[in-house]
Amino acid sequence: MQSSIRTPYDRVVMAVPVTIPYVRYSIESAQWWIGRALKALVDGAGITPRDIDGFCVSSFTAGLDSGISLTQHFGLCVRWIDTIPLGGASAIAALRRAARAVQAGDARIVACVAGDTNHVDSFRYTLENFSRFNQDAVYPYGAGGANASFALIARNYMRTFGARREDFGRIAVAQRSNALRNPHALMKAPLTLDQYMSARPIADPIHLFDCVMPCAGAEGFLVMSEDVAASLKLPAVKILSTIERHNAFGDDPVQVRGGWAMDVDELYAMAGVKPDDIDFVQTYDDYPVISMMQFEDLGFCRKGEGPDFVRQHDLTIDGSFPHNTSGGQLSVGQAGAGGAYLGMVEAMRQVLGQAGPTQVGNARIGLASGFGMINYDRGLASGAAILAGPGS
Amino acid sequence: MIEPIVKPRRKNPLQRTRLPTSPPRARSRASHGFTRAAAEGRFMLQRCGACGAFCYPARDACPACLSADLVFADAPRRGTLLSETTLHVPADVHFRERAPWRVGLVAMECGPKLVTHLHADCEEGRPVVMSFQLDKSGQAVAFAHPERETPNMADDRQWREMTADPKFRRVLVTNGRSIVGQEVVAALKAAGASIVFVGVAEPWKPFRGEEALRALEGVEIVPLDIGDEKSVADLAADIGGKVDILVNTTEHVRAGGLLDRQGTSVVRDEIDQSYLGFVHLAQAFGPVMRMRGADGVNSAAAWVNILSVYALANWPVFGAYSASQAACLSLSHSLRAELRPGGVKVVNVLTGPLDIEWFQTVPPPKVAPRAVASAIVSALKRGLEDVFVGDVAEDIRQRLAANPKAVERELGA
Repeated sequence: MQSSIRTPYDRVVMAVPVTIPYVRYSIESAQWWIGRALKALVDGAGITPRDIDGFCVSSFTAGLDSGISLTQHFGLCVRWIDTIPLGGASAIAALRRAARAVQAGDARIVACVAGDTNHVDSFRYTLENFSRFNQDAVYPYGAGGANASFALIARNYMRTFGARREDFGRIAVAQRSNALRNPHALMKAPLTLDQYMSARPIADPIHLFDCVMPCAGAEGFLVMSEDVAASLKLPAVKILSTIERHNAFGDDPVQVRGGWAMDVDELYAMAGVKPDDIDFVQTYDDYPVISMMQFEDLGFCRKGEGPDFVRQHDLTIDGSFPHNTSGGQLSVGQAGAGGAYLGMVEAMRQVLGQAGPTQVGNARIGLASGFGMINYDRGLASGAAILAGPGS
Repeated sequence: MIEPIVKPRRKNPLQRTRLPTSPPRARSRASHGFTRAAAEGRFMLQRCGACGAFCYPARDACPACLSADLVFADAPRRGTLLSETTLHVPADVHFRERAPWRVGLVAMECGPKLVTHLHADCEEGRPVVMSFQLDKSGQAVAFAHPERETPNMADDRQWREMTADPKFRRVLVTNGRSIVGQEVVAALKAAGASIVFVGVAEPWKPFRGEEALRALEGVEIVPLDIGDEKSVADLAADIGGKVDILVNTTEHVRAGGLLDRQGTSVVRDEIDQSYLGFVHLAQAFGPVMRMRGADGVNSAAAWVNILSVYALANWPVFGAYSASQAACLSLSHSLRAELRPGGVKVVNVLTGPLDIEWFQTVPPPKVAPRAVASAIVSALKRGLEDVFVGDVAEDIRQRLAANPKAVERELGA
């Protein structure tokens, strides 16, 4: 294993994982949802809004508001701010930025929040206004969000590596079984592989249960020094390592890997652990195919072995490879940019032993990854973090 | 393989007409390079003047070397279909009601990857030939065709959304007395138009070619004097709901500019026939065509103007005529915008002097009426919007692009 020359996140921790339970549709604004998450962070930490001096936010539906407008909205006076528009990679990026700010002393307590509303028409509005390349060269083709883009990626992956729909189905079915233990998951009914296989097609080979359900919700966590966490008596999550990479492998004709593959050695080197040491994994699962790619690119198996990997592992909470233990976006719902935080916040709960009904036994070290921004023909943003509980 | 489309049956008047919807229309400014290419039937991509790399989607800096010198250039059309999907549940209303709809990802031999609409005969892993087309929103989209001709390929459902193919459509040709009009009628019939209504002012007056015209099956002579608002309105009341393609073959050519004419009566005639005639036609036939833009196999599809290329640059020998054509050209852009919600194309066919009696004194090259007719049919089949017919039109087009001031001086010499 190669050694890392990057500065470790010594004495910087995460605390207070919060989730504002999702709803399918909301008449409230994104600001309302972000506000609820901030309130939960403040209450959970036993601090006042005045104590927050760093603010990092991600949202697709906050309209014209970026982080700076939101400081006035929420009465925050901060000396460090960031607005992260990286979609599904926003939580990893938020953690990385905030941790370094705390480490350097630029901020003492950073609130990292992602929240989105879902009005009856907001998903379509987000699609129409996603990015210039998307507007110019994807949306006019009837794509309807990322469905068509992932269909092209999934089909190519299946043909190239021999993946079958059943293999993707194993991921979706396991996550549903996890979700049934999560009271906040929007999907409440069990899902069998037969039901998965016979679902209606959306964009071949993507079928209904390969798709996430857009919803409203918010997630958040705090980043602070170990000392501050101790003084507030907050259970703290250690940050063993992180990686981030954007627009990687642009010459691959169709996306078969994400940016993780460029930096995965660094990820484990910095953490000083091996893939075998990881007790659970929270991938970014807007479609099962991308979770399968993460198994490969994050070193749990080699490229092309993803299908075999899911055939040989039980991906449920009590299984041999606990994966997306909350149920993931596929079964909890995709609260816009909140979807980026879902896995990270669940990973925090797992290593803190606070996951309740979805708790993985003896979860000490976990991995959360992010993936986002289908700008044109592929997802551009990727990242991952390895987290550990206070005892490890 | 494509099943040939079936001639639509007579429409049930009690059935609701499906209203047109538009595919997504928003584009960046740079992206309109593709709109221009599609309008003329060219395949153009941005190419970097510094490093020569092609790129897509439209950018403002080269992704290979960051040069801002990106120029839309004709590009090789061949590529390979890497992956495809069939959309069963598109989010957008336009595509939802047309589902299932196939799209794919094509790797061009010249480098870029294009998300594209697919002809049904395109196969994954196989070569394809690309074009840019104007979709029902009037904006450019990429379209992949099979490498070689396949049976009934023009009948492909997705392709037909991009074109205004005359097959099984009903056409009004506004002037059957002119040779151009008669050639257009014959060409449209040959292209499979189910019926061609042919406007003739004062039909009791015989005209050259009348017998041949009347002998054509599926041709119906109708009374139409487009300078007369009532005549146009009467005809629209009669057949307006059955006109899927309107070809304005109005022809009113008189030599002369300003100073050698006494008074305004000739100019007034030119305006009445060309400009006001166009206005009458548009007001009478435009609204129902716009409403019928999604009305099945024989939906309203296109409005064709035949214009002089001197609409773009005044030729003083036919100075007042040139001005009347410029007015029509300008008006056509308004009509184009107003018909766009219906997905009805406005095709401008710009020609040099035609080989007809009114250009008797003009030296060759002149454009044969038959060439205009076949250019119209070709434009409809390919879904074009701007067409230049003949050597003079092409000459003016190129010279205008190079130096419009030179064109003005030289035409006025």
